[in-house]
Amino acid sequence: MSWLIKSSIGRKLIQSISGLFLILFLLFHLSMNVVLIFSHETYDFLANEILGANWWAIVGTLVLGLGVVVHIIYAVILTLQNWIARGRNRYASKSKTQVAWSSKNMFVLGVFIVLFLFIHMYQMWYQMQFKDLFGIEGVRHDGAQLVVDVLSQTWVLIAYVVAFIALWFHLNHGFWSALHTVGWNNDIWMKRLKRLGYFVSTLIVLGFIVVAFAVYLGYTNLLV
Amino acid sequence: MDKDINIKVKVWRQNGPKEKGRFETYALKNISQGSSFLEMLDILNEQLINEGKIPVAFDHDCREGICGMCSLYINGHPHGPDGEITTCQLHMRSFNDGDTITIEPWRSAGFPIIKDLVVDRTAFEKIMQAGGYVSVNTGGIPDANAIPIPRDKAELAMDAAACIGCGACVAACKNGSAMLFVAAKVSQLALLPQGKPEAARRAKSMVAKMDELGFGNCTNTGACEVECPKNISISNIARLNREFLKAKFKD
Repeated sequence: MSWLIKSSIGRKLIQSISGLFLILFLLFHLSMNVVLIFSHETYDFLANEILGANWWAIVGTLVLGLGVVVHIIYAVILTLQNWIARGRNRYASKSKTQVAWSSKNMFVLGVFIVLFLFIHMYQMWYQMQFKDLFGIEGVRHDGAQLVVDVLSQTWVLIAYVVAFIALWFHLNHGFWSALHTVGWNNDIWMKRLKRLGYFVSTLIVLGFIVVAFAVYLGYTNLLV
Repeated sequence: MDKDINIKVKVWRQNGPKEKGRFETYALKNISQGSSFLEMLDILNEQLINEGKIPVAFDHDCREGICGMCSLYINGHPHGPDGEITTCQLHMRSFNDGDTITIEPWRSAGFPIIKDLVVDRTAFEKIMQAGGYVSVNTGGIPDANAIPIPRDKAELAMDAAACIGCGACVAACKNGSAMLFVAAKVSQLALLPQGKPEAARRAKSMVAKMDELGFGNCTNTGACEVECPKNISISNIARLNREFLKAKFKD
């Protein structure tokens, strides 16, 4: 299986599979967020009993973390190799080839998302699961209230929305590109996959933005 | 109507592979818009020779868009601003009086510069030698109608076979990737029964050669497809990925 690391298509396969896995996680994350709008109690139950510091949640977190790390490492490797492959002398005239903006800026968009992740992980995950696991003072079991506390600050809302927009562009190219790399594409499916990618990225990002605004404006826990 | 125009050309000059290159700007007067881009360069070279200077080296051969020799990165486009043609099919009517045209060689680690606008594209020959053929273990001549080929397959194979190996895909790619070229060459054979028996070996060895020669990893920006003078579709890249992964997972 060394071809996975040694060949260009193998490396791309790793990048695309990890990316698709992260899209699945985002869909899961979104469904969790939506619960917040309806009931704080259910949200806290899910966060503490179903996720929390249980062994399966820890395994899940580790697998997810691995997915993120692999995706980042291969993004760096591929970008560096591609930069070298471009040659030492660059074109003096700016490229006028019409291509999708996001397809040329996947790495930059990714960097923005990682920066956001640092803030996000510190604000949420560190306060809940991490502190619980390592017995650090001030662990929060009231996840819903924590989210409300954090997202009621305007700068947090703005930072989140900016990151979501970067995510939208990243997913827009990433979704069809990943399926293209695993070989699932042809002239007919190209249009379908691009449209599906558009739909999936819009669903995820719009969902995140709606929940973030709902929390900021106080429209949560509506079923109580 | 075609007019005569006065232009300036900003050309990359480099004496040899190891020398440092630089741009030089030359003025050209009364160039007919009816002349081709390469004829304009011929006029430039005649002018340079008459001035006792060294003419600009550039690749060209058939001058009818089929040999794949001409290259040139013109004003931010491989093969110039006009679509679906090679540089030799580009005409001066794509430019206006007073324009300054920037002419550069293909720039990619896989295509080192030999002189001025000429780059070394033997990397493509090496990739072809790695497996871009059907082995002829000659027996009797088979009957042409004995092997039925579905029409859509035949069309796709012919579309892929339109690739002339000019290297515009690599020149356009921000990753210096040769995937469109390799994909076309793998596809044109993998789609046909004659190429099927060796399809797995072909995909593996051509990709291995491509990686070895320092071409980049494709990130599906699609720039290659936009600039390809022969309209090779990036669907071929998906097919190459499929052929390669299938072959590797079978091992």
